[in-house]
Amino acid sequence: MNIKLKIWRQENSKVKGKFIDYVLDNVSPGMSFLEMLDALNTKLIQEGGSPVAFEHDCREGICGSCGLYINGRPHGPGEKSTTCELHMRSFKDGDTIIVEPWRAKAFPVIRDLIVDRSGFDEILKAGGFISVNAGAAPEANSILVNKEVSEEAFDVATCIGCGACVAACKNASAMLFVSAKISQLAILPQGKVEAAQRVQAMVAKMDELGFGNCTNTYACEAECPKGIKVINIARMNREFFTAKVVSQKTT
Amino acid sequence: MATLNSKIPEGPLSEKWTKYRAEMKLVNPANKSKLDIILVGTGLAGSSAASSLGELGYNVKVFCYQDSPRRAHSVAAQGGINAAKNYRNDGDSVYRLFYDMIKGGDYRSREANVYRAAEVSNATIDQLTAQGVPFAREYGGTLDNRSFGGVQVSRTFYSKGQTGQQCLLGAFSGLIRQVNKGTVKMYPRRDVLEIVVVDGKARGIITRNLVTGEIERHSAHAVVLATGGYGTIYYLSTLALNSNVSAAWSAFKKGAFFGNPSFIQIHPSSIPVLNEYQAKLTLMSESLRNDGRVWVPKEKGDHRHANEIPEEERDYYLERRYPAYGNLVPRDVGSRAAKERCDAGYGVGETGLAVNLDFKDAIAKQGKKAIENKYGNLFEMYEKITGINPYVEPMRIYPAGHYTMGGLWVDYELMTTITGLYAIGESNFSDHGANRLGASSLMQCAGDGYFVIPNTIGNYLAGEIRTAKIQTSLPEFEEAEKSAKARIEKLMAVKGTKTVTSFHKRLGKIMWDFCGMSRNEAGLTKALTLIDELNDEYWKDVKVPGSNNELNQELEKAIRVADFFGIAKLMVIDALNRKESCGAHFREESQTETGEAKRDDANFAYVSAWEYKGENQSPILHKEELKFENVELKIRDYK
Ligand SMILES: Cc1cc2nc3c(=O)[nH]c(=O)nc-3n(C[C@H](O)[C@H](O)[C@H](O)COP(=O)(O)OP(=O)(O)OC[C@H]3O[C@@H](n4cnc5c(N)ncnc54)[C@H](O)[C@@H]3O)c2cc1C
Ligand code: FES
Repeated sequence: MNIKLKIWRQENSKVKGKFIDYVLDNVSPGMSFLEMLDALNTKLIQEGGSPVAFEHDCREGICGSCGLYINGRPHGPGEKSTTCELHMRSFKDGDTIIVEPWRAKAFPVIRDLIVDRSGFDEILKAGGFISVNAGAAPEANSILVNKEVSEEAFDVATCIGCGACVAACKNASAMLFVSAKISQLAILPQGKVEAAQRVQAMVAKMDELGFGNCTNTYACEAECPKGIKVINIARMNREFFTAKVVSQKTT
Repeated sequence: MATLNSKIPEGPLSEKWTKYRAEMKLVNPANKSKLDIILVGTGLAGSSAASSLGELGYNVKVFCYQDSPRRAHSVAAQGGINAAKNYRNDGDSVYRLFYDMIKGGDYRSREANVYRAAEVSNATIDQLTAQGVPFAREYGGTLDNRSFGGVQVSRTFYSKGQTGQQCLLGAFSGLIRQVNKGTVKMYPRRDVLEIVVVDGKARGIITRNLVTGEIERHSAHAVVLATGGYGTIYYLSTLALNSNVSAAWSAFKKGAFFGNPSFIQIHPSSIPVLNEYQAKLTLMSESLRNDGRVWVPKEKGDHRHANEIPEEERDYYLERRYPAYGNLVPRDVGSRAAKERCDAGYGVGETGLAVNLDFKDAIAKQGKKAIENKYGNLFEMYEKITGINPYVEPMRIYPAGHYTMGGLWVDYELMTTITGLYAIGESNFSDHGANRLGASSLMQCAGDGYFVIPNTIGNYLAGEIRTAKIQTSLPEFEEAEKSAKARIEKLMAVKGTKTVTSFHKRLGKIMWDFCGMSRNEAGLTKALTLIDELNDEYWKDVKVPGSNNELNQELEKAIRVADFFGIAKLMVIDALNRKESCGAHFREESQTETGEAKRDDANFAYVSAWEYKGENQSPILHKEELKFENVELKIRDYK
């Protein structure tokens, strides 16, 4: 296949970026999207140009490193898949593909297609944990968890923290990510003890970092490579509301 | 000069760890906050260590090359994590887990370390569960288990096919909690280039800030490496692409011995190579062999579609050769058996380098739903990559580079031969001998991090409480920084014509052909020359674009590949030296009549620990003789 590419190039966070056009021949449908970019980079290096910087590591959809905005969609056209899982068989000979970084105020561009997502870890730092020191844990089977409850927790725990939800949202809201983390720990009995503090701390941090509000467009759910559901946002709001009421009563 | 003292505590096997802890020195809580620890790597080993050390009150700095610690390669582990809970009442015990690992490792690991790994495994499951890791459950609410290769009990805890992700996120949550408390500080997007040794003790590291290119100095009272494995030596492997050996290699160059470098596991079931552009081989978890049956056609070159080949014309070669373990033979055995069939011309697919992994019978018996519950995400992953639906036709699989049993040599305390430098998780050589059993790496990583290192490092740091903060202005830091900068400048200055990746691919092919699943004297000797030639060419003709003071991914790769040349050579030297077959190390000269690996206990029951002697010097071999006081050395028989 012959592919035309329009790729966002930006040297660093201080300078302005712009789209540059490239053409790439001999693209095979069995190549992954990132292997196609590898091929482009090889060509650019050989021609004395500067390769396109993009983030990746596992290349199997689990680390959450990769994240490109392809033809107006986070992770491109595939359903429930990450950029590294996307294959060129999803495109046709002669297609023009537009590749951009995640766009969000809270995710500044570092170089080309790489953005700074450290905001997510800032939110997790505020409360995304259960406070149990090594050595203090009870025998694992002393905490019984209903199989369905456990599976529900697992389903939200599959979030890879890639940021597609933020990139998909016109308000750059991080609600889907934060609600997945909060839900996992709120659903499981182990996490209930700190549930109220957790939701308050994490929501406050999310607001502080400049992520936008949720206006129920559901774009995040549609683009999430792991199929995390917006129903978690409702659960988070419920948790948040209850926590607020409880803390008002106790203070 | 460093000597090999494995510091194994006296006494019966089952009491060694208790005895060690009873006698080790402790650091007073008030002193802990005055002691700095550098921890490189945030996989399951590094993250669990960071959280535990932080909880104890030490001042911890953690480094990783990813943008966030939670993306470390451990996140990709699929099948599960072992523990000796005996929840299934099927005869499991700490001793049996220990025994299985010793035997699975083909009697090339140290009894005391392996026993301890088994001993702390149960507490690891408690810890991860308490942290909210959603392990699979039974209907009654208790934890579920499944079987893994090479054993006859069910002791593997799992979260569908995403056990590594769930365990790592759990351990990371402990780490980030300590960041919140101020005991742990994160330094993501850093590559460690040098280990700094002052007066014989590890006192710091030199890093490259991957965003700005700045070369930075960091000091501490002790340094812990948790930098994972170097399976990416083959270029194509199941590991995350940026996995590398650089930190361990820099430790080696500063005096840390390297243990059994040639012991590298080739996993039997990865998605085969599909095209020349391929950058990665995706693992299909071993757990699939619980229900999947491996076969090739009985007829050579039978190109019919798998579903059209009738039952009686299929050769279920694992079940045929190994009736006792069948499809659940250990990995080294499974990989060699697949290679044997393909080399003999029975392989399937366009390249003939693949075998079938068939779920037809399991689906018929248990229903599609049950199979989907167990392996749903793996089936989806397979279909995304190959475009083939494994519910209706068999998967195709082939062996791929996967795990390094070899690594930095460590003693019982997990200290390397450099005082104050530790290695935990996959980066050390310690617990898996010549072959690792499934689901025992996560177990070792978390055990090392949560329960071993927090104890053993205290025994050392207790002697350091009077050592003031280490100054980064010391001449040793200056020198290490200079050496790191000089190497980078040298790489940038080559300005050749070939990309870094092209060299990595070529090196990978040499290693795969001559130091992979099957090795022989002539091939290994040839590999030495080929590696040298390629290394020379690298330093004359590699092209690294851009500059060193910016985000430069090609430079990152170039530094890593330069170190891969070093370890490649050391692997080959080690493989040449070990004239026996054991576990994953198969020397063609040493096999039984039926083609099984033939160990030579009289001459090779030792750990090879290699000492660096300089750039163009041969490394020196030290031997740690392995004493088996509790198990009898037997021929590993899975028939
Ligand atoms: C696909 C796959 C599936 C697997 N499934 C299982 C399984 O089901 N069960 C099981 O027990 N095992 C499994 N394994 C093995 C297991 O996942 C690994 O052995 C284990 O996760 C290694 O963990 P670690 O903490 O030692 O290192 P890793 O998780 O590899 O982490 C290495 C860390 O070191 C850092 N690092 C490395 N080099 C540098 C450097 N130079 N500078 C700075 N930082 C550096 C990285 O950033 C990273 O944080 C699997 C392996 C693979 C490849
Ligand atoms: S590279 Fe890991 S999810 Fe894509």
